[in-house]
Amino acid sequence: MLLAIAWRNIWRNKLRSIVIFAAIGIGIIGAVISDGYMSGLTDQRVNAAIANEVSDIQIHNPKFLINNEIQYLIPNAEKTKKVIQRLSLVKGVTLRLKMPAMASSANAGAGITLYGVNPTDEKKVSDIYNHIVKGKYLTDSGKISTVIGKKLSKKLNLGIGDKLIITLTDTTGTITSGAFNIVGIYKTANDQFDGKTVFVNKRDLASLVGYPVHTGDEMAIRLKSDTDTPIMMKKLKKIFSSEIKQKKLIIQSWSQIQPLLKSMIQMMDYFSYIFLLIILLALAFAIVNTMLMAIMERTREIGMLMALGMNKRKIFVLILYETIFLSVIGAIAGLIISIFIVRFYSIHGFDLSSVAKGLNYIGYSSIIYFRVNTNFYIISILLVIIIAIISGIFPALKALRFQPATAVREDV
Amino acid sequence: MSIIEIKNVFKTYNETSVPVHALNGINLKIGKGEFTAIVGPSGSGKTTLLNIIGGLDLPSKGDVFIEDVNLKNLSSRQLIDFRLHNIGFVFQAYNLIPVLTALENTEFIMELQQVPKKEREQKAIRLLETVGIGDKKDHKPGQLSGGQQQRVAVARALASQPKYIIADEPTANLDSKATEELLDLMRNMNKQYHTTFIFATHDQRVMDRARRIVTIDDGKIISDEQTEK
Repeated sequence: MLLAIAWRNIWRNKLRSIVIFAAIGIGIIGAVISDGYMSGLTDQRVNAAIANEVSDIQIHNPKFLINNEIQYLIPNAEKTKKVIQRLSLVKGVTLRLKMPAMASSANAGAGITLYGVNPTDEKKVSDIYNHIVKGKYLTDSGKISTVIGKKLSKKLNLGIGDKLIITLTDTTGTITSGAFNIVGIYKTANDQFDGKTVFVNKRDLASLVGYPVHTGDEMAIRLKSDTDTPIMMKKLKKIFSSEIKQKKLIIQSWSQIQPLLKSMIQMMDYFSYIFLLIILLALAFAIVNTMLMAIMERTREIGMLMALGMNKRKIFVLILYETIFLSVIGAIAGLIISIFIVRFYSIHGFDLSSVAKGLNYIGYSSIIYFRVNTNFYIISILLVIIIAIISGIFPALKALRFQPATAVREDV
Repeated sequence: MSIIEIKNVFKTYNETSVPVHALNGINLKIGKGEFTAIVGPSGSGKTTLLNIIGGLDLPSKGDVFIEDVNLKNLSSRQLIDFRLHNIGFVFQAYNLIPVLTALENTEFIMELQQVPKKEREQKAIRLLETVGIGDKKDHKPGQLSGGQQQRVAVARALASQPKYIIADEPTANLDSKATEELLDLMRNMNKQYHTTFIFATHDQRVMDRARRIVTIDDGKIISDEQTEK
């Protein structure tokens, strides 16, 4: 019956309860939407980074990572590639020649990271070919061609059909240059990437620096599902355990290559929970206030319950039940509305075109697709219950201080 | 044999600041089946005495025995439990739980006593019928008149099968008709089931029905009369 009394008590002053439901509901909606937005932002950045920049897993010669020089090639690269290609979780493998270079036009120059790629393999790993905004992507047959980012094309004032002069150090240590025809211009959401990343055919680059075409200093692996990365990492480490032991290979997941992304995900998660907690703590004061009002209005009733023989524990529990009901109803309503909002924006995206420039500069797209983990909903409800219990303690203790003899005669 | 024995009871409020001596050496015995009214002017100490008899307050000095139990020796938890199983209350302002129906209000005390659901429901229905509002069992207090609410309060007090029922100004908020009906009801309970009733009142109609009238003034018993009714 305690539950029934508590439930009915919260409807005694409907307006007051509805105000609290609304406050908690709106607070929860705010917290969930904020989490959905931040998770969406993180997802988008991580997905873009995996799709366009780092892929799921990369393999290098360990020395290459230290010195970033082209002589540190992957030993038995083609054989390694074939072994990996046969694995069921793998969508594509590409062997690249990656090196620092200088790109210049008649009137400007820029430091770049140059990727020599096999276009057919690269398309299975990187989505850059989907981001071509002018011209076309590299082809296996295309000669001395290049694809550059829009940002770089603007900086160098070059367009389709123009020549990009690339200067780099060849295998003998000699500075050498090549002129590449710009066949395509791409644009991703990451302006910084677009401004310094240039793709050429590996065959052309290998010949320019003096390497056989089947060599490479970076092997990028894309999986059918990004979530399989940890499983694949384990598998690859097992397959290539002797090479890893002999320090011939190093295998890294995207989170190891770009630890900042990984820490960003964790930071966003923490931030969401901190935000939720701040909202709930603020609401706790409203809950305490409402419950205190409700209890002070019912001094005589609580005194009567004590007089009749209801023990303090039951009175305490009754007040806690009321506080929990008061809090959870608003929270559930808020969560249901949030689920719909998050669902809508997870499909249609939240359009931030007005600030697209700023977002692109830091590597984000202007359309954010919301995502909220089920855990966040569960933790929200649990936190609301915990906050409700904490908020209920003070009013409940206050109620316990009533003396039945004086309380029953209150206002008589 | 008396079920209540009050021995030299004093009650002083605000003992540390400005003391108010509400009771000044009360000695009183109340036997089973009595229908006793404690009367006196406002501030005479009758409500304090009733609170002490009802275990809602403890004396500053002296002893209150309910059968063999000295209330002074009970912890606050034991006192609550003692009230639950031994004392019924009817208050001036009815003091029903407003969110519960008449039936649930009557059942409530039995639930606290952990009486099984079916048993307490049957008993509550029977009690509501006894007090004459069986047809109003699903009404909430707000849907009942003052007299009807007070009948529910009597049913609730009876539900716990108490040793005695304390009624503090039970007719103060009732009109003449409801007062008569309520007094008839309580007197019938007293006659039929030997339920002990102790009232604090200054309502002449209650005094007229009482079989014993204890008059107190300035915290002392100034008269204790048996009446033939």
